[in-house]
Amino acid sequence: MAEFKKADGFVDWLDQRLAVKTLAKVLMTEYWIPKNINWLWAMGVVLTTLFCVLVVSGIFLLMYYKPDTALAFDSVNKTIMQEVEFGWLWRHLHAVSASLIFLIIYIHMLVGIYYGSYKRGREMIWITGMLLFVLFSAEAFSGYMLPWGQMSYWAAKVITDLFSKVPLIGPDLVIWIRGNFIPADATLTRFFMLHVFLLPLAIMLLIVTHFYSLRMPHVNNQEGEEIDFEKEVEVYKQDKKKAKIVAFWPDFLSKDIFVICTFMILVAYLVCFNYGFAMDPINFDPADTLKTPAHIYPEWYFLWSYEILRGFYMSESLGLIFFGVAQVIFFALPFLDRSPVVAPAHKRPLFFLWFFILIVDLIVLTIFGKLPPEGINNYIGFAAAIVFILLIVTLPIITRLEKSGGAK
Amino acid sequence: MSALRELKILVIVAVAVLVLYWGVEPLAHSIFHPKTAPVDYAFSDLEKLQVNGNAENGKVLASTYCIACHSIEKEGFPTAMDNETALAAYGVVPPDLSSIGAIYDANFLANLIKDPVKALKLGHKFGEDKFYPMTPTPVSDEELADIVAYFVSIGEKHLESQVLESDEYKTKLDAINKANLANKDIEIATLKEHLTNKETFKEACVRCHSMKYDNVFALTPDVNMLNYMGAKAPDLSMMIRSRGEERLHKFINDPQKMLVNASMPRVGLNEVSQNRIVKYIESVGDSKKEQRIFVGKVLIGFMIIMAILAYLWKRKVWSRLH
Repeated sequence: MAEFKKADGFVDWLDQRLAVKTLAKVLMTEYWIPKNINWLWAMGVVLTTLFCVLVVSGIFLLMYYKPDTALAFDSVNKTIMQEVEFGWLWRHLHAVSASLIFLIIYIHMLVGIYYGSYKRGREMIWITGMLLFVLFSAEAFSGYMLPWGQMSYWAAKVITDLFSKVPLIGPDLVIWIRGNFIPADATLTRFFMLHVFLLPLAIMLLIVTHFYSLRMPHVNNQEGEEIDFEKEVEVYKQDKKKAKIVAFWPDFLSKDIFVICTFMILVAYLVCFNYGFAMDPINFDPADTLKTPAHIYPEWYFLWSYEILRGFYMSESLGLIFFGVAQVIFFALPFLDRSPVVAPAHKRPLFFLWFFILIVDLIVLTIFGKLPPEGINNYIGFAAAIVFILLIVTLPIITRLEKSGGAK
Repeated sequence: MSALRELKILVIVAVAVLVLYWGVEPLAHSIFHPKTAPVDYAFSDLEKLQVNGNAENGKVLASTYCIACHSIEKEGFPTAMDNETALAAYGVVPPDLSSIGAIYDANFLANLIKDPVKALKLGHKFGEDKFYPMTPTPVSDEELADIVAYFVSIGEKHLESQVLESDEYKTKLDAINKANLANKDIEIATLKEHLTNKETFKEACVRCHSMKYDNVFALTPDVNMLNYMGAKAPDLSMMIRSRGEERLHKFINDPQKMLVNASMPRVGLNEVSQNRIVKYIESVGDSKKEQRIFVGKVLIGFMIIMAILAYLWKRKVWSRLH
């Protein structure tokens, strides 16, 4: 057993019992990040911040929300929005952060793809990140149901209906998921449980795993340069200016905190002045099982995969198959990319072209995912869905070409 | 050079995000809700009728033609039957006429008295098979002008007295007087304005619609509404958020223009009353609007200051690294 001395201060007292100084070194002051980075490297910390905002605002909402189809709508729209002091602020903050967290997740993912940060030892970072994306999607979907407005109900109906197409067990599966033949009180209550307990718990555990998976391969840098971290630590201790690395605290975080504060200006504006994108007007009509809204669409962050589903307007089964593929295919990215080169896309001509088409295609899919599926929209959606599939198919080919002599 | 690259990346990301936003918000919504003609307070599809007749004569005519079914409480013509009997007789509770002259457009009123179904745009709901409870009134155009002039002459007065005599006004006025505030006059004026909005709403909308969040409930029960109009009238508590100010204005002004075969009649509100009603709807469904705008400015200001401080700190830290 360790020897305990009379502490010469509170920190020392804690340090003897919890080794807080070592902990701070490991997690903060001697956790090394490459110096050659840009503001896109701050997205991880921005995501962590947004998640904290969601947890805190969620706790406040939980104090007044009632998970009951007869009470939910009014508990949100009357109690929280009109009666509770600043209840509207917590709700707006929760809804806007939930929408923005997906924007940042997509940026975070695309940065990873652009700089090739999912290979050469970084596969687990990518895979835990993708698991987080899936869990966040479930979290968003279950949360959207809670106000029990028209969109809550009809989105829940349409999305759970998808499971009825699973071979053999489909129809039974849907009833099992809903706890009823249509989305009803049992559905709301179980999705409430998922939203406030099981999924957040799983997300928190996965976030820790995601951070941990960064420790061995380290964070990538702008040039994909392989850095000898042990050597650079020595350089850093001699002369910080010459080192290729910086400490997580305060060096890296000082930059991130600036990015977060700037980003929060935008968040404040959206929360108070422009929140319609995150809180659909139709959801301010109470759920009505007999009145289908004229246009049913998911939140914007699900639109690209929803459009792959709808894109195959001639065959529902094909649409569902490729929808399923689109949901999981990014997990396989580290293995679809056959090139060992870790470099930014602008130094890999073929891959750069691939990346550019991917961005354009995702934007087209998202926009047409919201528009009514009629006339030319069907053909554009179909073409964009085909392009997405071709992109997945061609990735191993172009990266193999690259390996055999394209880029350096 | 490095700062330039950061900016370049920012521009690329911002452009992509803005295109995305434009596509899923303004573009999509412009397709869901195609542009419609602006609000028409003149109701220009109706014929121009005389409305400046003789109010004295109008009173005589009104007491001949109108009070068989309608009350004009403030003028000493009470309801002939209670709500339930009226529902059984007409399918709907007929409106009291005391303040209609203040609330509805005068020319619209004249047209309504002459041919209700046409003015209300309810041709798709009422006709040969199902008669509208109010029949065209057999009077000459001159007499029509007299009747309208009569209602216009009494409208404002009665709307105001309705506000001043309401329990809500009395209790709240009492509270203001007891609190002995410095800005008492402003408080009273605000209260009067709000209750005028609410009274206008009650006069024009409450026969069919509820405003649950303000404890205002429809006079006609859902079942009767379903029989009468073929649809339940929705509660209006959150309408300001689900429809938005502009669409509300257009819909109230002419439901058929916004939704083909809508069950709601065109009620013919004049501009002042319609503004009052939308204000009231907003005061219930978006009651924290002023606070939101204030908090928004404070939060943005606070984050700008934090961003500046964070930038200065970042520069200090990185000056040791570059």
